[in-house]
Amino acid sequence: MDLLRFATAGSVDDGKSTLIGRLLLDSKAIFEDQLEAVEATSNAKGYDYTDLALLTDGLRSEREQGITIDVAYRYFATPRRKFIIADTPGHVQYTRNMVTGASTADLGLVLVDARQGLTEQSRRHAVLLSLLRVPHLVLAVNKMDLVGFDQGVFERIRQEFVTFTQRLNVPDLAVIPISALQGDNVVTRSDAMPWYEGSSLMHHLENVHIASDRDLRDVRFPVQYVVRPKSDEHHDYRGYAGQVASGVLKPGDEVMVLPSGLTSRIAAIDSFTEQVEEAFPPMSVVVRLEDDLDVSRGDMICRVNNAPEPTQDVDAMVCWMTREPLRPRQKLAIKHTTRSARALVKDIQYRLDINTLHRDGDTRELGLNEIGRVTLRTTQQLLVDPYEQNRTTGSFILIDEATGTTVGAGMIN
Amino acid sequence: MIPVQASADYRLSHLEELESESIHIFREVVAELERPVLMFSGGKDSIVMLRLAEKAFYPARLPFPLLQVDTGLDFPEVLQTRDNWVERLGARLVVASVEEAIATGVVVDDGKTSRNRMQTATLLDAIETHGFTAAFGGGRRDEEKARAKERVYSHRDEFGQWDPKNQRPELWSLYNGRLHEGEHMRIFPLSNWTELDIWHYIAREGIEIPSIYFAHQRRVFERDGMLLSEHPANPCRDGEVVTERTVRFRTVGDLTLTGCVESPATTLDEIVEEVSVARVTERGATRGDDRFSEAAMEDRKKEGYF
Ligand SMILES: Nc1nc2c(ncn2[C@@H]2O[C@H](COP(=O)(O)OP(=O)(O)O)[C@@H](O)[C@H]2O)c(=O)[nH]1
Repeated sequence: MDLLRFATAGSVDDGKSTLIGRLLLDSKAIFEDQLEAVEATSNAKGYDYTDLALLTDGLRSEREQGITIDVAYRYFATPRRKFIIADTPGHVQYTRNMVTGASTADLGLVLVDARQGLTEQSRRHAVLLSLLRVPHLVLAVNKMDLVGFDQGVFERIRQEFVTFTQRLNVPDLAVIPISALQGDNVVTRSDAMPWYEGSSLMHHLENVHIASDRDLRDVRFPVQYVVRPKSDEHHDYRGYAGQVASGVLKPGDEVMVLPSGLTSRIAAIDSFTEQVEEAFPPMSVVVRLEDDLDVSRGDMICRVNNAPEPTQDVDAMVCWMTREPLRPRQKLAIKHTTRSARALVKDIQYRLDINTLHRDGDTRELGLNEIGRVTLRTTQQLLVDPYEQNRTTGSFILIDEATGTTVGAGMIN
Repeated sequence: MIPVQASADYRLSHLEELESESIHIFREVVAELERPVLMFSGGKDSIVMLRLAEKAFYPARLPFPLLQVDTGLDFPEVLQTRDNWVERLGARLVVASVEEAIATGVVVDDGKTSRNRMQTATLLDAIETHGFTAAFGGGRRDEEKARAKERVYSHRDEFGQWDPKNQRPELWSLYNGRLHEGEHMRIFPLSNWTELDIWHYIAREGIEIPSIYFAHQRRVFERDGMLLSEHPANPCRDGEVVTERTVRFRTVGDLTLTGCVESPATTLDEIVEEVSVARVTERGATRGDDRFSEAAMEDRKKEGYF
């Protein structure tokens, strides 16, 4: 059994909560006491049916407003896979939440209401998912019951979406007609839509091929922590702990450590009490080298002729996440892999209109939930790859040094 | 460049992937935050946490102590397991006692406040006294609605409070551990684990957990639909009858509040089997403190509960 992380996006009332409630219910991730509580609330509110959306509403303040305003994580499993859903709110003022949810997702699920077809919001969701390089995209055309399960309605929406995503970077797209409320094509194929020949949503989630999404070629091992037991038993032990970002590491491999550029060979790869033959993403291991080099946190182990670029000038798409706008000359803390530095905002080249993909070059700042192309100068070299090649070595966060909060997310060009 | 020929399929199982993510979190915290501590209750989640911490730093010893909040009403079997783990790992254990906190006036026992509330105050006091800046907790997001939105790095202000409206965005695996004087971080390395994952992992690792998780004979009585242990600190009320039944616990905590369930499961496999088909959440079934209201957990978390 493996793990699939997916992010959901939809406008208010497209049926996202209902759909998630149904996925959880049908995979038995909902317990009787939870269901009873929701049934009781539905009754008290005088609804005709159990409002599955109540299952996933989080905090009380949000419950009161009746909307979801933060990323919520949910879990379910089938015999084939364990799933982690990052349930993100759809509205434009929550772009930052969607970016957060999409950052770790293997798959993005965009929901639309069949009666309304594609909206500005659904286009924006697709844009964000492609910007975050989520490798698989699903468009679920919901509420098919309200359009008489009509094939024509579905086809029009599908065509329009396919055309739109051709301008984006979407390696894998599936479009599925569903009724979240009645369950059509959610877990099992629907009798009401015999014209649809694809798989149900659950079947798709269970079978979508994610193994080849990982980069097994370019070795990137950001050193997180140096393990030195300083005990009698392991007196000379010195190992570099980290999580493999990409590539496959093997004992005997000739490697280079950046930024020093010194080379050595891998003596052993430890995983707790065992030594492993190979380490690949996303394994957390301890790498030992044959030579005694000065390696510390923030360094990167890679192959001699396949290394990230050490740079102090970073060109990136930045999603801004706080009220006070991002402006040139601003100084921020930056965290990239296991390396922290300070960064100076040199320039905001343009703001990307995420609804139209238009680039506004006249902009002098980035406001909350806006995305733009930014150049930064850092106090230290960062060891970077383009985000489109590596989601780990291509991403960073920006931190406000006064408040300590995370204020920006960057994807390196 | 020549692409690597995949000899194996280079896939991790979901448990291996969760394990790797948790180990990454432990190492990140120890690298970046000054004085971490692991909140150790002796329950299954904190035992899994401890196992992951052991793996994260092996062959070195744990680079942080364990903190246990002793309610004075813990199950003896749980304390025994705690001591076995501490001894095996050569770990340092800090015990923060609720009784002592009451005696020294850190918390007030007015007879109305539940032990869990007093536990919160005792915990916050211990964190402050020892100057801990990061406290690992075994909370999981599948446990409860309010937790579903909590970050892995959960920021607490000078009063130990959680502000759900003002959480830091958490992207990729880039955690932000910045703190101001007096603040601390709660760290939840098991955020993405479910109850079933925990049991599968315990079975896979073959690690010691308190015996009360397995079916045993116990003298119990029913209260508010829960089965509670007979104990001098928890006298029966009118109409409550003690009977001996075959039970096990799904969570462990204050013994006056933690209920057990009737179960014949004496092995890990049987427990996994039982949990897979369980129809009631572990908290709904057995935690008196969470049942007072739907929002009880959220309120307690804001105050600084685990
Ligand atoms: N008829 C019909 N109604 C639906 C369907 N899915 C959701 N709804 C209803 O649409 C409304 C909004 O759904 P909800 O899940 O709360 O939307 P969210 O805001 O996207 O989470 C609710 O009244 C649902 O019962 C569907 O497939 N068919």
